[in-house]
Amino acid sequence: MSGLAVDGDLIVGDVPDQVAQANPEFERAAEKAESRRGLIMALPAYLYLLVFFALPLVIVFVYSFATRNRFGGTDLSGWNVEAYRKLGEPIVRDILFRSLWLAIITTVLCLLFAYPFSYFLATRSATTRNIMLVFVMIPFWSNFLVRNYAWRVLLGNDGPVSQITEAIGLGETRILFTPLAVVIGLVYGFLPFMILPLYASIERIDMRLLEASRDLYASGWQSFRRVLWPLSRPGVIAGSILVFVPSLGAYVTPEILGGAKTTLLGSYIVTQFLTARNWPVGASLSFVLMSVMLGATLVYFRNGGRTL
Amino acid sequence: MSSPTSPVLPRGKTRIGLTMNAWLVYVFFYAPILLLVVFSFSNDRNVGRWGGFTLDWYRAFGENEEIQQSLSASLRVALISTVVSVVLGTMAALALERFSFRGKKVFDGLLYLPIIIPDVTMAVMMLLFFSQLFDALDAWFGLGLSKGFTSIVLSHVAFSISFVSVVVRARLAGMNDQLEQAAFDLYASRWQAFRHITLPLIAPGIIGGALLAMTLSLDDVVITQFVSGPGSTTLPVYVFSLIRRGVTPLINAVSVVMLAASITLVALSLLADRAKSSPQPTPSKETDNA
Repeated sequence: MSGLAVDGDLIVGDVPDQVAQANPEFERAAEKAESRRGLIMALPAYLYLLVFFALPLVIVFVYSFATRNRFGGTDLSGWNVEAYRKLGEPIVRDILFRSLWLAIITTVLCLLFAYPFSYFLATRSATTRNIMLVFVMIPFWSNFLVRNYAWRVLLGNDGPVSQITEAIGLGETRILFTPLAVVIGLVYGFLPFMILPLYASIERIDMRLLEASRDLYASGWQSFRRVLWPLSRPGVIAGSILVFVPSLGAYVTPEILGGAKTTLLGSYIVTQFLTARNWPVGASLSFVLMSVMLGATLVYFRNGGRTL
Repeated sequence: MSSPTSPVLPRGKTRIGLTMNAWLVYVFFYAPILLLVVFSFSNDRNVGRWGGFTLDWYRAFGENEEIQQSLSASLRVALISTVVSVVLGTMAALALERFSFRGKKVFDGLLYLPIIIPDVTMAVMMLLFFSQLFDALDAWFGLGLSKGFTSIVLSHVAFSISFVSVVVRARLAGMNDQLEQAAFDLYASRWQAFRHITLPLIAPGIIGGALLAMTLSLDDVVITQFVSGPGSTTLPVYVFSLIRRGVTPLINAVSVVMLAASITLVALSLLADRAKSSPQPTPSKETDNA
Protein backbone atom coordinates (compact mmCIF):
# COMPACT_ATOMS: atom_id res chain seq x y z
CA MET A 1 0.00 0.00 0.00
CA SER A 2 2.70 2.43 0.92
CA GLY A 3 4.08 2.25 -2.61
CA LEU A 4 0.78 3.54 -3.98
CA ALA A 5 0.35 6.21 -1.36
CA VAL A 6 3.90 7.43 -1.69
CA ASP A 7 3.69 7.80 -5.42
CA GLY A 8 0.46 9.71 -4.95
CA ASP A 9 0.98 11.86 -7.99
CA LEU A 10 0.60 8.83 -10.23
CA ILE A 11 -2.87 8.06 -9.00
CA VAL A 12 -5.55 10.11 -10.62
CA GLY A 13 -8.61 10.45 -8.48
CA ASP A 14 -11.28 10.00 -11.16
CA VAL A 15 -10.13 6.66 -12.51
CA PRO A 16 -10.72 4.39 -9.55
CA ASP A 17 -10.47 1.15 -11.59
CA GLN A 18 -6.74 1.64 -11.93
CA VAL A 19 -6.36 1.85 -8.21
CA ALA A 20 -8.68 -1.01 -7.46
CA GLN A 21 -6.88 -3.36 -9.81
CA ALA A 22 -3.90 -4.71 -8.00
CA ASN A 23 -1.28 -4.60 -10.63
CA PRO A 24 1.69 -6.71 -9.54
CA GLU A 25 3.96 -5.16 -12.10
CA PHE A 26 3.12 -1.67 -10.99
CA GLU A 27 3.70 -2.68 -7.40
CA ARG A 28 7.04 -4.19 -8.25
CA ALA A 29 8.11 -1.14 -10.20
CA ALA A 30 7.14 1.08 -7.30
CA GLU A 31 9.08 -1.11 -4.92
CA LYS A 32 12.10 -0.95 -7.17
CA ALA A 33 11.87 2.83 -7.34
CA GLU A 34 11.69 2.92 -3.56
CA SER A 35 14.73 0.72 -3.25
CA ARG A 36 16.62 2.90 -5.68
CA ARG A 37 15.71 6.06 -3.77
CA GLY A 38 16.90 4.49 -0.50
CA LEU A 39 20.18 3.49 -2.07
CA ILE A 40 20.73 6.94 -3.55
CA MET A 41 20.15 8.52 -0.15
CA ALA A 42 22.52 6.13 1.55
CA LEU A 43 25.12 6.30 -1.20
CA PRO A 44 27.15 9.37 -0.14
CA ALA A 45 27.72 8.07 3.39
CA TYR A 46 28.16 4.54 2.08
CA LEU A 47 30.87 5.53 -0.38
CA TYR A 48 32.54 7.78 2.15
CA LEU A 49 32.79 4.99 4.69
CA LEU A 50 33.96 2.51 2.07
CA VAL A 51 36.80 4.80 1.00
CA PHE A 52 37.74 6.40 4.32
CA PHE A 53 36.95 3.56 6.68
CA ALA A 54 36.66 0.12 5.10
CA LEU A 55 39.62 0.62 2.79
CA PRO A 56 41.90 1.85 5.62
CA LEU A 57 40.84 -1.19 7.64
CA VAL A 58 41.88 -3.48 4.81
CA ILE A 59 45.18 -1.61 4.51
CA VAL A 60 45.93 -2.19 8.20
CA PHE A 61 45.18 -5.87 7.74
CA VAL A 62 47.52 -6.04 4.74
CA TYR A 63 50.29 -4.16 6.57
CA SER A 64 50.15 -6.60 9.47
CA PHE A 65 51.53 -9.25 7.11
CA ALA A 66 54.15 -7.03 5.51
CA THR A 67 57.89 -6.93 6.16
CA ARG A 68 59.79 -4.20 7.91
CA ASN A 69 62.89 -3.19 5.98
CA ARG A 70 66.24 -2.02 7.26
CA PHE A 71 65.48 1.66 6.80
CA GLY A 72 62.47 1.65 9.12
CA GLY A 73 60.13 1.54 6.18
CA THR A 74 57.74 -1.23 5.30
CA ASP A 75 57.96 -3.44 2.23
CA LEU A 76 54.65 -4.60 0.93
CA SER A 77 56.11 -7.96 -0.09
CA GLY A 78 57.43 -11.10 1.48
CA TRP A 79 54.18 -11.69 3.28
CA ASN A 80 54.54 -13.33 6.66
CA VAL A 81 52.96 -13.70 10.08
CA GLU A 82 56.07 -12.54 11.91
CA ALA A 83 54.22 -9.57 13.38
CA TYR A 84 51.61 -11.84 14.92
CA ARG A 85 54.28 -14.19 16.22
CA LYS A 86 55.87 -11.22 17.96
CA LEU A 87 52.74 -10.82 20.06
CA GLY A 88 53.87 -13.88 22.02
CA GLU A 89 57.21 -12.29 22.98
CA PRO A 90 57.64 -11.48 26.68
CA ILE A 91 57.68 -7.67 26.24
CA VAL A 92 54.49 -7.59 24.23
CA ARG A 93 52.86 -10.27 26.40
CA ASP A 94 53.61 -8.26 29.54
CA ILE A 95 52.04 -5.20 27.99
CA LEU A 96 48.98 -7.17 26.89
CA PHE A 97 48.49 -8.64 30.37
CA ARG A 98 49.09 -5.31 32.07
CA SER A 99 46.52 -3.60 29.84
CA LEU A 100 44.05 -6.40 30.43
CA TRP A 101 44.63 -6.29 34.17
CA LEU A 102 44.23 -2.51 34.44
CA ALA A 103 41.12 -2.62 32.27
CA ILE A 104 39.60 -5.29 34.53
CA ILE A 105 40.40 -3.34 37.72
CA THR A 106 38.93 -0.21 36.16
CA THR A 107 35.75 -2.04 35.19
CA VAL A 108 35.31 -3.59 38.66
CA LEU A 109 35.90 -0.26 40.41
CA CYS A 110 33.43 1.49 38.13
CA LEU A 111 30.87 -1.21 38.84
CA LEU A 112 31.41 -0.91 42.61
CA PHE A 113 30.70 2.82 42.59
CA ALA A 114 28.16 2.93 39.79
CA TYR A 115 25.84 0.16 40.97
CA PRO A 116 24.83 1.69 44.31
CA PHE A 117 24.82 5.10 42.65
CA SER A 118 22.44 3.98 39.91
CA TYR A 119 20.18 2.26 42.41
CA PHE A 120 20.09 5.40 44.53
CA LEU A 121 19.36 7.44 41.41
CA ALA A 122 16.45 5.15 40.52
CA THR A 123 14.88 5.73 43.95
CA ARG A 124 14.75 9.53 43.54
CA SER A 125 11.79 11.55 42.36
CA ALA A 126 11.64 12.37 38.64
CA THR A 127 12.87 15.94 39.12
CA THR A 128 15.80 15.02 41.35
CA ARG A 129 16.67 12.20 39.00
CA ASN A 130 16.86 14.52 36.00
CA ILE A 131 19.07 16.99 37.84
CA MET A 132 21.34 14.20 39.05
CA LEU A 133 21.56 12.78 35.54
CA VAL A 134 22.52 16.16 34.08
CA PHE A 135 25.40 16.30 36.54
CA VAL A 136 26.52 12.88 35.35
CA MET A 137 26.27 13.99 31.73
CA ILE A 138 28.46 17.08 32.17
CA PRO A 139 31.70 15.23 32.91
CA PHE A 140 30.64 12.65 30.35
CA TRP A 141 30.64 15.27 27.60
CA SER A 142 33.58 17.29 28.87
CA ASN A 143 36.90 17.20 27.13
CA PHE A 144 38.60 13.90 27.94
CA LEU A 145 42.12 15.26 27.69
CA VAL A 146 41.33 18.08 30.10
CA ARG A 147 39.76 15.71 32.61
CA ASN A 148 42.89 13.59 32.60
CA TYR A 149 45.04 16.66 32.89
CA ALA A 150 43.08 17.71 36.00
CA TRP A 151 44.32 14.56 37.72
CA ARG A 152 47.85 15.29 36.62
CA VAL A 153 47.53 18.59 38.51
CA LEU A 154 45.89 16.97 41.53
CA LEU A 155 48.35 14.12 41.87
CA GLY A 156 51.46 16.04 40.87
CA ASN A 157 54.49 16.76 43.00
CA ASP A 158 53.41 19.12 45.75
CA GLY A 159 49.94 18.95 44.29
CA PRO A 160 46.70 19.22 46.32
CA VAL A 161 46.49 15.50 47.11
CA SER A 162 50.02 15.47 48.38
CA GLN A 163 49.41 18.68 50.35
CA ILE A 164 46.39 17.12 52.04
CA THR A 165 48.12 13.88 52.98
CA GLU A 166 51.05 15.88 54.33
CA ALA A 167 48.75 18.10 56.37
CA ILE A 168 47.10 15.15 58.03
CA GLY A 169 50.45 13.58 58.73
CA LEU A 170 50.53 10.81 56.15
CA GLY A 171 53.53 12.27 54.44
CA GLU A 172 54.04 13.01 50.77
CA THR A 173 52.21 10.81 48.30
CA ARG A 174 53.70 9.78 45.02
CA ILE A 175 50.79 8.43 43.03
CA LEU A 176 51.55 10.12 39.73
CA PHE A 177 53.22 7.91 37.11
CA THR A 178 52.10 4.71 38.85
CA PRO A 179 49.49 2.20 37.67
CA LEU A 180 47.22 3.54 40.43
CA ALA A 181 47.20 6.97 38.79
CA VAL A 182 46.26 5.36 35.47
CA VAL A 183 43.41 3.45 37.11
CA ILE A 184 42.14 6.63 38.80
CA GLY A 185 42.22 8.43 35.45
CA LEU A 186 40.44 5.60 33.66
CA VAL A 187 37.73 5.28 36.33
CA TYR A 188 37.30 9.05 36.21
CA GLY A 189 37.01 9.00 32.45
CA PHE A 190 34.67 6.05 32.07
CA LEU A 191 32.49 6.00 35.21
CA PRO A 192 29.59 7.70 33.35
CA PHE A 193 29.70 4.87 30.78
CA MET A 194 28.89 2.49 33.62
CA ILE A 195 26.31 4.64 35.35
CA LEU A 196 24.12 5.38 32.35
CA PRO A 197 23.33 1.82 31.16
CA LEU A 198 23.12 0.55 34.76
CA TYR A 199 20.65 3.25 35.65
CA ALA A 200 18.64 2.53 32.51
CA SER A 201 18.32 -1.15 33.41
CA ILE A 202 17.68 -0.71 37.17
CA GLU A 203 15.06 1.93 36.54
CA ARG A 204 13.13 -0.50 34.35
CA ILE A 205 12.90 -3.21 37.03
CA ASP A 206 9.50 -3.78 38.57
CA MET A 207 10.31 -3.03 42.17
CA ARG A 208 7.30 -4.98 43.42
CA LEU A 209 9.48 -8.04 42.84
CA LEU A 210 11.92 -6.76 45.42
CA GLU A 211 9.11 -6.11 47.86
CA ALA A 212 7.75 -9.59 47.23
CA SER A 213 11.12 -11.11 48.01
CA ARG A 214 11.23 -9.21 51.30
CA ASP A 215 7.68 -10.33 52.10
CA LEU A 216 8.90 -13.88 51.64
CA TYR A 217 11.51 -13.26 54.34
CA ALA A 218 14.53 -12.78 52.12
CA SER A 219 17.25 -10.76 53.78
CA GLY A 220 18.41 -7.55 52.13
CA TRP A 221 21.45 -9.34 50.73
CA GLN A 222 19.37 -12.27 49.48
CA SER A 223 16.90 -10.08 47.65
CA PHE A 224 19.79 -8.19 46.09
CA ARG A 225 21.58 -11.37 45.10
CA ARG A 226 18.52 -13.28 43.87
CA VAL A 227 16.29 -10.53 42.48
CA LEU A 228 17.92 -7.16 41.84
CA TRP A 229 21.28 -8.39 40.52
CA PRO A 230 19.89 -10.94 38.00
CA LEU A 231 17.33 -8.44 36.73
CA SER A 232 19.92 -5.70 36.29
CA ARG A 233 22.40 -8.01 34.55
CA PRO A 234 21.88 -6.55 31.04
CA GLY A 235 22.90 -3.16 32.45
CA VAL A 236 25.89 -4.65 34.23
CA ILE A 237 27.08 -6.34 31.05
CA ALA A 238 26.47 -3.28 28.88
CA GLY A 239 28.23 -0.96 31.33
CA SER A 240 31.13 -3.32 31.84
CA ILE A 241 31.75 -3.59 28.11
CA LEU A 242 31.44 0.17 27.64
CA VAL A 243 34.12 0.66 30.32
CA PHE A 244 36.34 -2.32 29.60
CA VAL A 245 36.65 -1.78 25.86
CA PRO A 246 37.93 1.82 25.86
CA SER A 247 40.08 1.15 28.94
CA LEU A 248 41.85 -1.63 27.10
CA GLY A 249 42.70 0.64 24.19
CA ALA A 250 43.38 3.71 26.31
CA TYR A 251 46.19 5.93 25.11
CA VAL A 252 45.71 9.45 26.45
CA THR A 253 45.29 8.48 30.12
CA PRO A 254 48.40 6.30 30.49
CA GLU A 255 50.42 8.85 28.51
CA ILE A 256 49.48 11.64 30.90
CA LEU A 257 49.20 9.82 34.23
CA GLY A 258 51.30 6.72 33.73
CA GLY A 259 55.04 6.37 33.87
CA ALA A 260 57.63 4.59 31.81
CA LYS A 261 56.88 1.35 33.61
CA THR A 262 53.18 1.43 32.83
CA THR A 263 53.27 1.21 29.05
CA LEU A 264 49.89 -0.02 27.92
CA LEU A 265 48.67 -1.48 24.66
CA GLY A 266 47.51 1.85 23.21
CA SER A 267 50.82 3.60 23.89
CA TYR A 268 52.77 0.62 22.62
CA ILE A 269 50.89 0.67 19.32
CA VAL A 270 51.48 4.39 18.92
CA THR A 271 55.18 3.92 19.67
CA GLN A 272 55.41 1.23 16.99
CA PHE A 273 54.18 3.75 14.46
CA LEU A 274 55.63 7.06 15.52
CA THR A 275 59.02 6.14 17.00
CA ALA A 276 59.99 2.47 16.62
CA ARG A 277 58.72 2.49 13.03
CA ASN A 278 57.70 -1.13 13.11
CA TRP A 279 54.45 -0.79 11.24
CA PRO A 280 53.65 -4.49 10.77
CA VAL A 281 53.75 -5.10 14.54
CA GLY A 282 51.69 -1.98 15.23
CA ALA A 283 49.18 -3.02 12.58
CA SER A 284 48.84 -6.56 13.90
CA LEU A 285 48.35 -5.29 17.46
CA SER A 286 45.70 -2.80 16.38
CA PHE A 287 43.97 -5.58 14.53
CA VAL A 288 43.98 -7.81 17.61
CA LEU A 289 42.68 -4.92 19.72
CA MET A 290 39.87 -4.30 17.26
CA SER A 291 38.90 -7.97 17.23
CA VAL A 292 38.58 -7.94 21.02
CA MET A 293 36.33 -4.91 20.79
CA LEU A 294 34.20 -6.47 18.07
CA GLY A 295 33.81 -9.63 20.13
CA ALA A 296 32.78 -7.64 23.19
CA THR A 297 30.30 -5.63 21.15
CA LEU A 298 28.71 -8.78 19.79
CA VAL A 299 28.25 -9.98 23.38
CA TYR A 300 26.71 -6.63 24.17
CA PHE A 301 24.16 -6.88 21.36
CA ARG A 302 23.43 -10.53 22.18
CA ASN A 303 22.43 -9.36 25.61
CA GLY A 304 19.94 -6.99 24.14
CA GLY A 305 22.03 -3.87 24.63
CA ARG A 306 20.59 -1.09 22.54
CA THR A 307 21.66 2.27 23.92
CA LEU A 308 24.93 2.84 22.15
CA MET B 1 9.42 3.93 30.98
CA SER B 2 9.04 4.05 34.71
CA SER B 3 8.15 0.89 36.56
CA PRO B 4 4.76 0.38 38.19
CA THR B 5 6.11 1.21 41.61
CA SER B 6 9.24 3.24 41.92
CA PRO B 7 12.01 1.59 43.90
CA VAL B 8 12.14 2.30 47.59
CA LEU B 9 15.29 3.30 49.35
CA PRO B 10 16.17 0.71 51.99
CA ARG B 11 16.31 1.90 55.58
CA GLY B 12 19.13 2.05 58.08
CA LYS B 13 22.77 1.57 57.22
CA THR B 14 22.17 0.68 53.58
CA ARG B 15 20.41 3.98 53.09
CA ILE B 16 23.25 5.95 54.62
CA GLY B 17 25.74 3.99 52.54
CA LEU B 18 23.87 4.64 49.31
CA THR B 19 23.52 8.35 50.00
CA MET B 20 27.17 8.71 50.92
CA ASN B 21 28.24 6.83 47.81
CA ALA B 22 26.18 9.18 45.65
CA TRP B 23 27.85 12.21 47.22
CA LEU B 24 31.22 10.60 46.88
CA VAL B 25 30.64 10.03 43.16
CA TYR B 26 29.75 13.68 42.66
CA VAL B 27 32.75 14.90 44.64
CA PHE B 28 34.91 12.58 42.54
CA PHE B 29 33.39 13.97 39.35
CA TYR B 30 33.60 17.64 40.20
CA ALA B 31 36.46 18.23 42.65
CA PRO B 32 39.19 17.79 40.02
CA ILE B 33 37.42 20.05 37.53
CA LEU B 34 36.72 22.77 40.09
CA LEU B 35 40.25 22.67 41.48
CA LEU B 36 41.60 23.00 37.95
CA VAL B 37 39.48 26.13 37.47
CA VAL B 38 40.75 27.53 40.78
CA PHE B 39 44.41 26.84 39.97
CA SER B 40 44.08 28.45 36.55
CA PHE B 41 43.76 31.75 38.45
CA SER B 42 46.66 31.01 40.76
CA ASN B 43 49.74 33.17 40.72
CA ASP B 44 52.22 30.34 41.25
CA ARG B 45 54.55 28.58 38.84
CA ASN B 46 53.55 25.25 40.41
CA VAL B 47 50.36 24.13 38.68
CA GLY B 48 48.81 22.74 41.85
CA ARG B 49 49.51 25.45 44.39
CA TRP B 50 47.60 28.59 45.31
CA GLY B 51 49.65 31.77 45.12
CA GLY B 52 47.11 34.56 44.95
CA PHE B 53 44.75 35.63 42.19
CA THR B 54 45.99 36.43 38.73
CA LEU B 55 44.74 36.53 35.15
CA ASP B 56 48.25 36.22 33.73
CA TRP B 57 47.75 32.72 32.39
CA TYR B 58 44.68 33.73 30.47
CA ARG B 59 46.57 36.69 29.10
CA ALA B 60 49.36 34.34 28.07
CA PHE B 61 46.75 32.14 26.44
CA GLY B 62 45.50 35.08 24.40
CA GLU B 63 48.99 36.11 23.37
CA ASN B 64 50.42 32.71 22.53
CA GLU B 65 50.44 32.49 18.76
CA GLU B 66 50.81 28.73 18.48
CA ILE B 67 47.79 28.24 20.71
CA GLN B 68 45.76 30.74 18.73
CA GLN B 69 46.68 29.03 15.47
CA SER B 70 45.81 25.57 16.73
CA LEU B 71 42.60 26.89 18.26
CA SER B 72 41.55 28.34 14.95
CA ALA B 73 42.50 25.09 13.17
CA SER B 74 40.42 23.17 15.73
CA LEU B 75 37.39 25.34 15.15
CA ARG B 76 37.66 25.15 11.37
CA VAL B 77 38.09 21.37 11.46
CA ALA B 78 35.15 21.00 13.84
CA LEU B 79 32.92 23.25 11.76
CA ILE B 80 33.61 21.64 8.39
CA SER B 81 33.57 18.06 9.65
CA THR B 82 30.32 18.71 11.54
CA VAL B 83 28.55 20.14 8.51
CA VAL B 84 29.68 17.32 6.22
CA SER B 85 28.94 14.55 8.69
CA VAL B 86 25.52 15.99 9.55
CA VAL B 87 24.47 15.99 5.91
CA LEU B 88 25.84 12.51 5.18
CA GLY B 89 24.73 11.08 8.54
CA THR B 90 21.18 12.41 8.27
CA MET B 91 20.80 11.05 4.74
CA ALA B 92 22.08 7.68 5.91
CA ALA B 93 19.65 7.71 8.85
CA LEU B 94 16.69 8.52 6.59
CA ALA B 95 17.70 5.81 4.12
CA LEU B 96 18.01 3.20 6.86
CA GLU B 97 14.84 4.11 8.74
CA ARG B 98 12.49 4.87 5.86
CA PHE B 99 13.64 2.73 2.95
CA SER B 100 14.67 -0.78 2.23
CA PHE B 101 17.35 -1.26 -0.36
CA ARG B 102 19.98 -3.70 -1.47
CA GLY B 103 22.98 -3.93 0.78
CA LYS B 104 21.15 -2.28 3.64
CA LYS B 105 22.42 -4.77 6.21
CA VAL B 106 26.03 -4.32 5.15
CA PHE B 107 25.67 -0.56 5.25
CA ASP B 108 24.09 -0.76 8.71
CA GLY B 109 27.03 -2.79 9.98
CA LEU B 110 29.58 -0.53 8.32
CA LEU B 111 27.92 2.46 9.92
CA TYR B 112 28.31 0.98 13.42
CA LEU B 113 31.98 0.07 13.08
CA PRO B 114 33.49 3.55 13.56
CA ILE B 115 31.63 3.83 16.88
CA ILE B 116 32.95 0.53 18.16
CA ILE B 117 36.49 0.68 16.85
CA PRO B 118 39.17 1.79 19.34
CA ASP B 119 40.65 5.23 18.76
CA VAL B 120 44.13 3.86 18.40
CA THR B 121 43.09 1.41 15.70
CA MET B 122 41.25 4.13 13.83
CA ALA B 123 44.32 6.34 14.11
CA VAL B 124 46.52 3.61 12.69
CA MET B 125 44.05 3.01 9.87
CA MET B 126 44.04 6.65 8.92
CA LEU B 127 47.83 6.98 9.08
CA LEU B 128 48.40 3.99 6.81
CA PHE B 129 45.60 5.02 4.45
CA PHE B 130 46.84 8.55 3.96
CA SER B 131 50.47 7.56 3.59
CA GLN B 132 49.46 5.00 0.94
CA LEU B 133 47.16 7.49 -0.76
CA PHE B 134 49.75 10.26 -0.86
CA ASP B 135 52.42 7.85 -2.11
CA ALA B 136 50.09 6.73 -4.88
CA LEU B 137 49.12 10.27 -5.83
CA ASP B 138 52.77 11.24 -5.86
CA ALA B 139 53.70 8.28 -8.06
CA TRP B 140 50.84 8.73 -10.54
CA PHE B 141 50.37 12.47 -10.75
CA GLY B 142 53.47 13.83 -9.10
CA LEU B 143 51.42 15.54 -6.42
CA GLY B 144 53.55 16.18 -3.38
CA LEU B 145 50.73 16.13 -0.86
CA SER B 146 51.28 15.72 2.83
CA LYS B 147 49.14 15.17 5.90
CA GLY B 148 47.51 18.26 7.26
CA PHE B 149 44.23 20.10 7.48
CA THR B 150 42.46 18.06 4.79
CA SER B 151 43.42 14.68 6.19
CA ILE B 152 42.29 15.78 9.66
CA VAL B 153 38.89 16.86 8.36
CA LEU B 154 38.46 13.69 6.30
CA SER B 155 39.27 11.52 9.33
CA HIS B 156 36.92 13.42 11.63
CA VAL B 157 34.08 13.04 9.15
CA ALA B 158 34.82 9.31 8.96
CA PHE B 159 34.03 8.80 12.64
CA SER B 160 31.36 11.51 13.02
CA ILE B 161 28.94 10.25 10.34
CA SER B 162 28.13 7.20 12.42
CA PHE B 163 27.41 9.15 15.60
CA VAL B 164 25.18 11.62 13.77
CA SER B 165 23.24 8.85 12.08
CA VAL B 166 22.71 6.98 15.37
CA VAL B 167 21.25 10.10 17.00
CA VAL B 168 19.05 10.98 14.02
CA ARG B 169 17.89 7.37 13.69
CA ALA B 170 16.85 7.30 17.34
CA ARG B 171 14.72 10.33 16.62
CA LEU B 172 13.25 8.86 13.41
CA ALA B 173 12.50 5.54 15.08
CA GLY B 174 10.61 7.35 17.81
CA MET B 175 8.10 8.85 15.37
CA ASN B 176 5.85 6.98 12.97
CA ASP B 177 5.58 7.94 9.34
CA GLN B 178 1.84 8.71 9.40
CA LEU B 179 2.39 12.44 9.09
CA GLU B 180 4.62 11.97 6.08
CA GLN B 181 2.04 9.62 4.53
CA ALA B 182 -0.67 12.19 5.17
CA ALA B 183 1.43 14.81 3.41
CA PHE B 184 1.79 12.52 0.39
CA ASP B 185 -1.96 11.90 0.38
CA LEU B 186 -2.39 15.64 0.24
CA TYR B 187 -0.27 15.74 -2.91
CA ALA B 188 2.89 16.99 -1.30
CA SER B 189 5.94 16.22 -3.38
CA ARG B 190 8.72 14.22 -1.78
CA TRP B 191 10.73 17.35 -1.25
CA GLN B 192 7.78 19.25 0.21
CA ALA B 193 6.98 16.43 2.60
CA PHE B 194 10.60 16.30 3.71
CA ARG B 195 10.99 20.05 3.96
CA HIS B 196 7.75 20.76 5.83
CA ILE B 197 7.09 17.57 7.79
CA THR B 198 10.10 15.32 8.29
CA LEU B 199 12.82 17.94 8.69
CA PRO B 200 11.11 19.96 11.44
CA LEU B 201 10.30 16.76 13.29
CA ILE B 202 13.82 15.38 13.23
CA ALA B 203 15.48 18.78 13.74
CA PRO B 204 16.22 18.14 17.45
CA GLY B 205 17.92 14.89 16.47
CA ILE B 206 19.98 16.66 13.82
CA ILE B 207 21.00 19.38 16.26
CA GLY B 208 21.89 16.78 18.88
CA GLY B 209 23.91 14.86 16.32
CA ALA B 210 25.68 18.01 15.18
CA LEU B 211 26.65 18.92 18.75
CA LEU B 212 27.90 15.39 19.34
CA ALA B 213 29.96 15.50 16.15
CA MET B 214 31.39 18.85 17.16
CA THR B 215 32.25 17.62 20.66
CA LEU B 216 33.96 14.54 19.25
CA SER B 217 35.92 16.62 16.77
CA LEU B 218 37.02 19.11 19.43
CA ASP B 219 37.93 16.25 21.81
CA ASP B 220 39.93 14.04 19.53
CA VAL B 221 43.63 13.66 20.24
CA VAL B 222 44.76 10.25 19.06
CA ILE B 223 43.41 10.18 15.51
CA THR B 224 44.29 13.81 14.83
CA GLN B 225 47.81 13.28 16.12
CA PHE B 226 48.31 10.55 13.54
CA VAL B 227 46.98 12.49 10.56
CA SER B 228 48.23 15.99 11.27
CA GLY B 229 51.33 17.33 9.67
CA PRO B 230 53.83 19.98 10.70
CA GLY B 231 52.15 23.33 11.17
CA SER B 232 48.65 21.89 11.23
CA THR B 233 47.74 20.68 14.69
CA THR B 234 44.48 21.11 16.52
CA LEU B 235 44.33 22.55 20.02
CA PRO B 236 43.94 19.21 21.87
CA VAL B 237 46.92 17.74 20.04
CA TYR B 238 49.00 20.81 20.77
CA VAL B 239 47.97 20.79 24.45
CA PHE B 240 48.72 17.07 24.62
CA SER B 241 52.24 17.68 23.35
CA LEU B 242 52.64 20.53 25.86
CA ILE B 243 51.55 18.29 28.75
CA ARG B 244 54.05 15.64 27.73
CA ARG B 245 56.83 18.23 27.78
CA GLY B 246 55.85 19.28 31.29
CA VAL B 247 52.93 20.96 32.98
CA THR B 248 52.71 24.74 33.21
CA PRO B 249 50.02 27.08 34.57
CA LEU B 250 49.39 28.12 30.98
CA ILE B 251 47.97 24.63 30.33
CA ASN B 252 45.62 25.14 33.29
CA ALA B 253 44.16 28.19 31.59
CA VAL B 254 43.89 26.51 28.18
CA SER B 255 42.21 23.51 29.82
CA VAL B 256 39.64 25.67 31.55
CA VAL B 257 38.80 27.37 28.25
CA MET B 258 38.37 23.96 26.59
CA LEU B 259 36.26 22.80 29.52
CA ALA B 260 34.03 25.86 29.25
CA ALA B 261 33.58 25.16 25.56
CA SER B 262 32.50 21.57 26.14
CA ILE B 263 30.15 22.53 28.97
CA THR B 264 28.52 25.09 26.68
CA LEU B 265 28.03 22.35 24.10
CA VAL B 266 26.48 20.05 26.75
CA ALA B 267 24.10 22.80 27.79
CA LEU B 268 23.08 23.31 24.16
CA SER B 269 22.59 19.60 23.58
CA LEU B 270 20.46 19.31 26.72
CA LEU B 271 18.30 22.11 25.39
CA ALA B 272 18.02 20.31 22.06
CA ASP B 273 17.17 17.14 23.97
CA ARG B 274 14.41 18.92 25.84
CA ALA B 275 12.85 19.92 22.53
CA LYS B 276 12.30 16.26 21.77
CA SER B 277 8.66 15.35 22.16
CA SER B 278 9.22 11.76 23.20
CA PRO B 279 11.67 10.74 25.89
CA GLN B 280 14.50 8.73 24.45
CA PRO B 281 17.73 7.44 25.83
CA THR B 282 20.55 9.76 24.92
CA PRO B 283 23.07 7.94 22.80
CA SER B 284 26.43 7.85 24.42
CA LYS B 285 29.79 8.69 23.01
CA GLU B 286 31.02 5.24 23.86
CA THR B 287 34.55 4.48 22.87
CA ASP B 288 35.51 8.02 22.08
CA ASN B 289 38.90 9.28 23.13
CA ALA B 290 39.98 6.27 25.07
